[in-house]
Amino acid sequence: MIELLKRVWTSPKARSGCVVFACVLAFGLLGPICLEAEPTDMVGELYEPPSAERWLGTDNFGRDIFTQLAHGTRTSLQVGLLAGLIATLIGTAMGSVAGYKGGLPDAVLNSVTNLFLVIPPFVVLILLSISLRTRSVAVLAVIIGVTSWPWVSRSVRAQVYSLKTRRHVDIARISGFGTFAIIVREILPYILSYIVMAFVLQVASGILTEATLSMLRLGPYNAVSLGTMMSWALMFEAVRAHAWWAFIPPVLLIAVITFSLKYINSGMDEVFNPRLRRT
Amino acid sequence: MRRFASYIGKRFGWYLLTLVFALVLNFYLPRLVPGDPISQIVSQIATGGVESETMQRLYDTYVEEFGLDRSLPAQFLSYVGMLFRGNLGTSFSQYPKPVTRILADALPWSFALQLPALVVGWIVGNVLGAVAAYRKRVFDHVLFPLSLFLNSIPHYALGILLLYFLAVALDWFPVAGGYDQALTVSFSARFIGSAAYHYVLPFASVVLVTVGGQAIGMREMSIYELNSDYVLYCRSLGLGSGKIIRYVFKNAVLPQITGFATSLGMVVGGSLVTEIVFSYPGIGQVLFTAIRQSDYPLIQGCTLLITLAVLGANFLMDISYGLIDPRIRAAEVEEAAT
Repeated sequence: MIELLKRVWTSPKARSGCVVFACVLAFGLLGPICLEAEPTDMVGELYEPPSAERWLGTDNFGRDIFTQLAHGTRTSLQVGLLAGLIATLIGTAMGSVAGYKGGLPDAVLNSVTNLFLVIPPFVVLILLSISLRTRSVAVLAVIIGVTSWPWVSRSVRAQVYSLKTRRHVDIARISGFGTFAIIVREILPYILSYIVMAFVLQVASGILTEATLSMLRLGPYNAVSLGTMMSWALMFEAVRAHAWWAFIPPVLLIAVITFSLKYINSGMDEVFNPRLRRT
Repeated sequence: MRRFASYIGKRFGWYLLTLVFALVLNFYLPRLVPGDPISQIVSQIATGGVESETMQRLYDTYVEEFGLDRSLPAQFLSYVGMLFRGNLGTSFSQYPKPVTRILADALPWSFALQLPALVVGWIVGNVLGAVAAYRKRVFDHVLFPLSLFLNSIPHYALGILLLYFLAVALDWFPVAGGYDQALTVSFSARFIGSAAYHYVLPFASVVLVTVGGQAIGMREMSIYELNSDYVLYCRSLGLGSGKIIRYVFKNAVLPQITGFATSLGMVVGGSLVTEIVFSYPGIGQVLFTAIRQSDYPLIQGCTLLITLAVLGANFLMDISYGLIDPRIRAAEVEEAAT
């Protein structure tokens, strides 16, 4: 794993992506701790422009935008990371078992994967969200995670499939190791870079999905996220009221987070995929 | 040809199965929760009002439509039966308008927004991507990060920025709607002109993001091709770069065509939130209002429509692949033989 990170660090793209993401992460982690106010505190008038006291002004309820932004970043990152983790775990488990076992388990798992690849995950998400009475941050992250694993599963399956005829895998099998041990010890380490790349992309898409759900007013009910900030700004006509400070910061922050993650992914691709390296 | 027919038959069977599964999800998911929302809302309607006679009629409509007095599987069967007769039920919020009417009014707007945007975005993106891959330094260092950044912004976020800068701050474009509210929908020159004027910003926000995504994909595919043996060979023969680019483009664009076919499935659901940002009268706006008013029949109509579009596009793609690519047919035959 450390070896892997070292190699990632050799790519300038991945490096700059990591630096940007680390800055956002620090803002989301430290911001809510350092700022005393709660994001729901009404501290000022309606749509106060930015000032020395309130760096990014206030929103339609007179709540401080900068405070909301810090809390919103934290929520969005929480949802993205948890959803990405769940999707990557399910996808890796399904894909590696299907690819390694072959035969009937593969046929069954593959059909399930294909089924969920074709049915738009977003539709399932909307249907799930409208039926849930409580949409906390964790619940939202879980349902995003369990609807977005099929892509991971498909690519992991292909990778495992090409690896399972390797000698060291055969040796492990002859030595009597079980399926689980072989997958974990003999196969997964070789495709770790792919799994990490898939995870990075899943985090990005998890953050975007949360934002989209929030825009449809299906976001978390108990927390501020970058998506709910945009949704409020739109609903309370911040755009038409020229209150740019209410919506431009969350829009830019979302773009910066996903951009940094995709940049990391693209840099890793160049490191681990020799055919993409320029000659 | 018989093999091809059996391939199509198999694919059709598979999509039929997927459709059934999608219908099950569409029907059961909203009913899974304790105190299922539909019966709750119906009882709310029944108890909430003063005009008891209208309320009673409303209540009776829904009880009959959903078959609330019957078991869930029986309700599901009657739901599917209704679907086959082209009946998606009656909207809660716009009673007594049938859901199909509301969707039929909104669908052309979503189509008109997505389809041209996808086509234009695809063409421009692929040309830019190929150029970026070939002209390594000049374009790659500027164009690649730019497309990636564009592609990182969701359509609707870009839409918010365009709306603010071009419509609100500069006042060049209208701030909301699909046409001037003073006009009625018609084929007059004034209406079409107004619709085109309202079209620019939503169209631009979808196109720009599509260009970004396509350019990145095409760039990657082209780099793969540029590093391949036949390109080296062509270079060593001293072939001009224009000719090489053409070869590379042909090979690299094939997977992109698949991508295009799949994205056609997004003509309905691809710009839901962009429509909300611009109050554009498409499916997204309908879904948004339906969610806000807990109009379950309408929500389920929207999700079904989005699913159908995606399934249909995928099926068409499979058919055309079977026609175009001889390897797919060969693989199918092999698979059948084993």
